[in-house]
Amino acid sequence: MASDTDLLDQIRSAADLGALDQLRVSVLGKSGSITQQLKSLGSMDPETRAAEAPKIHAFREQVTSALADRKSALETAELNRKLATETLDLSLPAPETPSGTVHPVSQVMDELAEIFADLGFAVAEGPEIEDQWHNFTALNMPEFHPARAMQDTFYLERHEGEQEAKVLRTHTSPVQIREMQAKGAPLYVIAPGRVYRSDSDATHTPMFHQVEGLVIDRAIHMGHLKWTLETFLKAFFERDDVVLRMRPSYFPFTEPSAEVDVGYTLVNGKRTIGGSEGFMEVLGSGMVHPKVIANCGLDPDKWQGFAFGCGIDRLAMLKYGMDDLRAFFDGDIRWLKHYGFRALDVPTLSGGVGA
Amino acid sequence: MMCSVRELQIGEEHDGIIELPADAPVGTSFADYAELNDPVFDVNVTPNRQDCMGVRGIARDLAAAGLGTLKPLAVPQIEGSFKSHIDIRIEDSEGCPAFFGRAVRGVRNGPSPDWMQRRLKSAGQRPISALVDITNYVMLDVGRPAHAYDIAKLDGALIARSARDGEKVLALNEKEYVLDPSMTVIADERQVHDIGGIMGGEDSGVTEGTTDVMLEIAYFTPDKIAQTGQKLGLTSDARSRFERGVDPAFLADGLEILSGLILDICGGEASEAIHQGVPPVEDRTVRFDRDRAFALGGVEVPEERQRAILESLGFEFAGANDVRVPTWRRDVAGTADLVEEVARIIGYDRVISTPLPRKAGVAKPTATRSQMIERNVRRAAAARGLDEAVTWSFISEEEAAAFGTTDWRLANPISEDMKVMRPSLLPGLIAAARRNLDRGAPSTRLFEIGRRYLADAEHPTATLLLAGDKQPRSWQAGKAKAFDAFDAKAEALALLDAAGAPVANLQLYPDAGPTWHPGRSATLRLGPKTIVAAFGELHPRLEKLVDAPKGSVAAEVYLDAIPAPRSSGHARPHYKPPALQPVTRDFAFLVTSDIQADNLVRAIRGADKQAISAARLFDRFESADGLSLAVEVTLQPGDKSFTEAELAEISKRIVAAAQKLGARLRS
Repeated sequence: MASDTDLLDQIRSAADLGALDQLRVSVLGKSGSITQQLKSLGSMDPETRAAEAPKIHAFREQVTSALADRKSALETAELNRKLATETLDLSLPAPETPSGTVHPVSQVMDELAEIFADLGFAVAEGPEIEDQWHNFTALNMPEFHPARAMQDTFYLERHEGEQEAKVLRTHTSPVQIREMQAKGAPLYVIAPGRVYRSDSDATHTPMFHQVEGLVIDRAIHMGHLKWTLETFLKAFFERDDVVLRMRPSYFPFTEPSAEVDVGYTLVNGKRTIGGSEGFMEVLGSGMVHPKVIANCGLDPDKWQGFAFGCGIDRLAMLKYGMDDLRAFFDGDIRWLKHYGFRALDVPTLSGGVGA
Repeated sequence: MMCSVRELQIGEEHDGIIELPADAPVGTSFADYAELNDPVFDVNVTPNRQDCMGVRGIARDLAAAGLGTLKPLAVPQIEGSFKSHIDIRIEDSEGCPAFFGRAVRGVRNGPSPDWMQRRLKSAGQRPISALVDITNYVMLDVGRPAHAYDIAKLDGALIARSARDGEKVLALNEKEYVLDPSMTVIADERQVHDIGGIMGGEDSGVTEGTTDVMLEIAYFTPDKIAQTGQKLGLTSDARSRFERGVDPAFLADGLEILSGLILDICGGEASEAIHQGVPPVEDRTVRFDRDRAFALGGVEVPEERQRAILESLGFEFAGANDVRVPTWRRDVAGTADLVEEVARIIGYDRVISTPLPRKAGVAKPTATRSQMIERNVRRAAAARGLDEAVTWSFISEEEAAAFGTTDWRLANPISEDMKVMRPSLLPGLIAAARRNLDRGAPSTRLFEIGRRYLADAEHPTATLLLAGDKQPRSWQAGKAKAFDAFDAKAEALALLDAAGAPVANLQLYPDAGPTWHPGRSATLRLGPKTIVAAFGELHPRLEKLVDAPKGSVAAEVYLDAIPAPRSSGHARPHYKPPALQPVTRDFAFLVTSDIQADNLVRAIRGADKQAISAARLFDRFESADGLSLAVEVTLQPGDKSFTEAELAEISKRIVAAAQKLGARLRS
């Protein structure tokens, strides 16, 4: 039998895991050298056993630990050898997942809903194919009002049995009428949606989007209108330096009526909302005409309030910088990817309504 | 720089450059030299303020706002020296309730004086001749349209009557108009000379040789003027004033002012005035309430100031709180109108910004269920890689017919491509996809959420179209991959899930209708009648009909068909994950080709509702013995693990359930 030192050297220099295991069996196996020595302890007299046993056990410990160390070293070497061959060029492109977008008009509508929810306004909807009473008459636009003329309004071909042709709503104001009729007062609503005018040039499209705001309560005056618009525009543009200017105007459905301009500053030649270097018109508004309130079955001596209407596409353009309205309705994916919003850009008050 | 008159926008001439006289001082600004340096007011008159369609009305408003003083109006009193031999009669008193006039004989119709020409030009009117210029001047000065007829060309009395059906008139714009009985005209015994309140006739217009004129100052009913103007497609300065309603109390004075200017400028001799009919002058009073200026207008204005403003605008206090409305203010009908007068003169910048009342607590949710469905579907689609488009609500007749019905057709479309309200969102998306592919995009995944306009209602719908490559060629997957009907199915199911539809209960019905490939499309329903979605390949004939990109697949989700979920509370049903592991078993069946895989899986799931927690088809192939479908069944033990006997029993039930559909276990 090799000396103890020889054995340990053999273990430490075993070439591979197979050789190491053979050594282990030859020493610690059923008939291994140390196993034999341990067995021989039984036949010794107590004194010899007491002297020999600790030596054998100590040597066994030494061998076991040397085996484990060598095994671990060989395994590490083996793994390193394997890893050296397992390389990937991770600069190669990963599988592509298409990413989608939300249209700016939808995004702005969500922003409006969020801002006005905080002010206590619900969101109302109404039909786009509208009768003339809701679109015109109830809004104090008599039969021969210029807005009813063929050049502005899309009329639909009359269905059999229809007294009067329907129209494509020319504004979201008929939703005011429907809401007042359906829900009465007090009433705080906005009504966004598609509207139609037979107009088509560089800055007008025959279909566009508007948002209507309506408040009917007991003691609402033009000061509330002004505050609401200021608050809304500040929240929407996320700027505290938004300056509003109200100008007297005329709408058949409001009295008094006001057009509202918002101040802008020129930044690199582009109009940026805020400040008052110049003003541009952004919306029409006024106190709801007593006749309109009466037309909806409410008592105009008890209830009063304001209404306003504003182009959503235009709001989007002013906030996000598009300059061509026609592109909104073209569905060009290059435009959508550039001006659209990510699915998770949900406007919230805590996270900010703008994205 | 050398310019023509037209290039400088100071007139119509365009014969050559403007040549100045030799004595024109060199170095002086042309605007100063030509006396074009007076201030220019750009006035946008709102349709309710006809009174401001003359300088005097604007001056009245400016004076009320503290800019200058309104001068009193000088009205000459003209004594007629003879009785006009042309009489005036009214037959259509509904269209023309009042018609005042007089003859002036012996006039000279040369050019009008320089001062008048200059004023007319500065207001954008081209001087023509003294008589024409004077009528235009009166219109621009005091807002009163008038007309002058050449008596030599008249045959008998001037009559305000309804036009006869088909009657024709050559108007001063040298166009002929065909009239009908809804229109009021001024005619003599022989022919029509004037489309009442809109435009005079060429045949009786004044010329340089005119010596005797008949003047007309009439009141025409606004609605009828608007109607006639709209029917004839004819706009004029007179129409824009009459249809908004001129001052009905300003006929006699208007006639005196017009006559006086003619006598001054053209000479001649005036007849006695003829006043036929009665203009509809109303004595209107409205209630004045000093508190309303703040309560409605949001401006704080002392009562005295409010009263002064109203008086300066021509309102008169008839009693303590009753205000008589000036005859020229047809737009003022109530207290709210008075508030507007006060507020606009004071200035809207004085409106006091006031917060709306705010309810206690955190703002309440306001979105309705249908709004939440749209929002969720929109963001789910975007999250799945689809781009949201907004396309026109109107499409062409051909597109509408190909995709459904043409329930709503526009009577006055702006083009044939935008004529019918869409019965489907697909045509718009197909056109957008085609444009994108034509521009070189390899792939489009578009969706839109909008309405379909059907005879019964407007239906909110989410529609998507997948065209081009599903996956580009890649180093991992090799060749580019096209979309198939299952991609459309996956999107439809995802959007339905986002909309809150009970997706597990959906039933699939093959063939979604004529728009779709009959063998590669289906509807998804909740019960046989409630169709919540359709999806699949588009019908190949659409590729030709509407130029749909080849191989497009699509899905429509009918948002308003999705039933509202029953529970509304926030708490979920109680649940504890089972302690024991589930067991899976695979079953392969041979089936006939007419069986739907979905039905087989459904039957298996139903074989033991307690034990079977899931069944999933994982393999399908055509073998010599028929179609083989393999299903992985997951069995979930409850308190105790399944015994071999129990498992055998469940297997037996699964095989029996499949057998009912004609499927047999593959051995």
